[in-house]
Amino acid sequence: MRRVVVTGLGLVTPLGADVETAWANILAGKSGAGPITRFDASDQVCRIACEVKPATHEYGFDPGKRVDHKVQRQVDPFIIYGIDAAGQALEDAGLTDMTVEESWRAGCSIGSGIGGLPGIESESIVLHTKGPRRVSPHFVHGRLINLISGQVSIKYGLRGPNHAVVTACSTGAHAIGDAARMIAMDDADVMLAGGAEGTVCPLGIAGFAQARALSTGFNDTPEKASRPYDKDRDGFVMGEGAGIVVLEEYEHAKARGAKIYAEVIGYGLSGDAYHVTAPHPEGDGAFRSMQMALKKAGLEPSDIDYINAHGTSTPMGDELELGAVRRLFGDAMQTVSMSSTKSAIGHLLGGAGAVESIFCILALRDQIVPPTLNLDNPSDSCVGVDLVPHVAKKRQVRAVLNNSFGFGGTNASLVMRSI
Amino acid sequence: MSETADRVKKIVVEHLGVEAEKVTEEASFIDDLGADSLDIVELVMAFEEEFGVEIPDDAAEKITTVKDAITYIDEHKA
Repeated sequence: MRRVVVTGLGLVTPLGADVETAWANILAGKSGAGPITRFDASDQVCRIACEVKPATHEYGFDPGKRVDHKVQRQVDPFIIYGIDAAGQALEDAGLTDMTVEESWRAGCSIGSGIGGLPGIESESIVLHTKGPRRVSPHFVHGRLINLISGQVSIKYGLRGPNHAVVTACSTGAHAIGDAARMIAMDDADVMLAGGAEGTVCPLGIAGFAQARALSTGFNDTPEKASRPYDKDRDGFVMGEGAGIVVLEEYEHAKARGAKIYAEVIGYGLSGDAYHVTAPHPEGDGAFRSMQMALKKAGLEPSDIDYINAHGTSTPMGDELELGAVRRLFGDAMQTVSMSSTKSAIGHLLGGAGAVESIFCILALRDQIVPPTLNLDNPSDSCVGVDLVPHVAKKRQVRAVLNNSFGFGGTNASLVMRSI
Repeated sequence: MSETADRVKKIVVEHLGVEAEKVTEEASFIDDLGADSLDIVELVMAFEEEFGVEIPDDAAEKITTVKDAITYIDEHKA
């Protein structure tokens, strides 16, 4: 089987719109949460989010850097974040000037959990107040989930597989896993893979709040709201942004002298077959997803030094994931570190698995694991587990596991190691 | 420059993200200003909103330059 390595990274997050800024802020224990500024949220039960900051902010995002003015006007935020992160990753990999022949072997697998919800919401209002002839001609293709892959392929001339994953909060991890398989199966030599989300809008917040998924008890102290594994956790904090990696066939990367961050060695997928929003009570799907990824990687649990948990800060989800990890890892629980970076940047939904995979890769690179913020009073079930409370931790990191679980009972796990 | 021309050009600059100097009256939306057919649909909608005119599809199809737009609006606005 052809080996697949990571040769480029791109991030747009609530804590920075480039890889090094976001990572430095994550390691410094900063929080990207704050009161919602995108719209008047005063009538919502959840009034906080981890928003991508405006260009004027210390670590804000300037959409004009890589996204044409015209495209910015036509598409939803998730596509803008995705195009920028994809551009960062290609620049990082040194692949912005491919020949036509090379471009036939370079593709995209970039997804989103929900897609253009803000635009669907606002254009629906236009339809109902002004009539069908006022609906934007760019409405459809500015909201479709596969239009990150579409826009990116057009902008950068990528003529290989053009694919988009939609598996709710597992999207980013599935997108990377699927793209790695396309390279392994010889469908492509290079794949841009990852996910993006931008649903901080009235309908998005109200919808998740009505599903009882969001934190509602920390509206006055937003930076305390995302607290995975803590006794006082009461739901997730919505984040937004994008994470995209360049995956490349190993020999291809080596031949051109590319910088290699890590190798993707394991990918597991499973379904809970249980409930649309609640995870399986025994964490069955999560367990089998991790187990499959480890098996593919040919590793034992004791080979894994760091787990970036799904850990959304919901009362049930965190508990069940921890239980599944405990069952799979057994004695290896004593040596592994496991943290949730959602404590810092919130839950990026379809972007989460990709952004968190990038944090895993950086943990491998820098031999340091990011912290779980706000873990003041760990739940009773956390005893004996290193959840990296409050501060980043220098330690040996040989191989990493990233978990993502989504509505519909869909689970994905990725295993990566240094090369 | 007429008041209509001024407002039309402003809309074109905003929607197409082109430099104001490029938006001459002779400029073709597609050939000179990088628009595609959907951009023109959007521009026509914006003209309708701005000037309170209705531009039916058959008339919109004939609007290919900045001058075409200005002329149509001047002839049909209230």
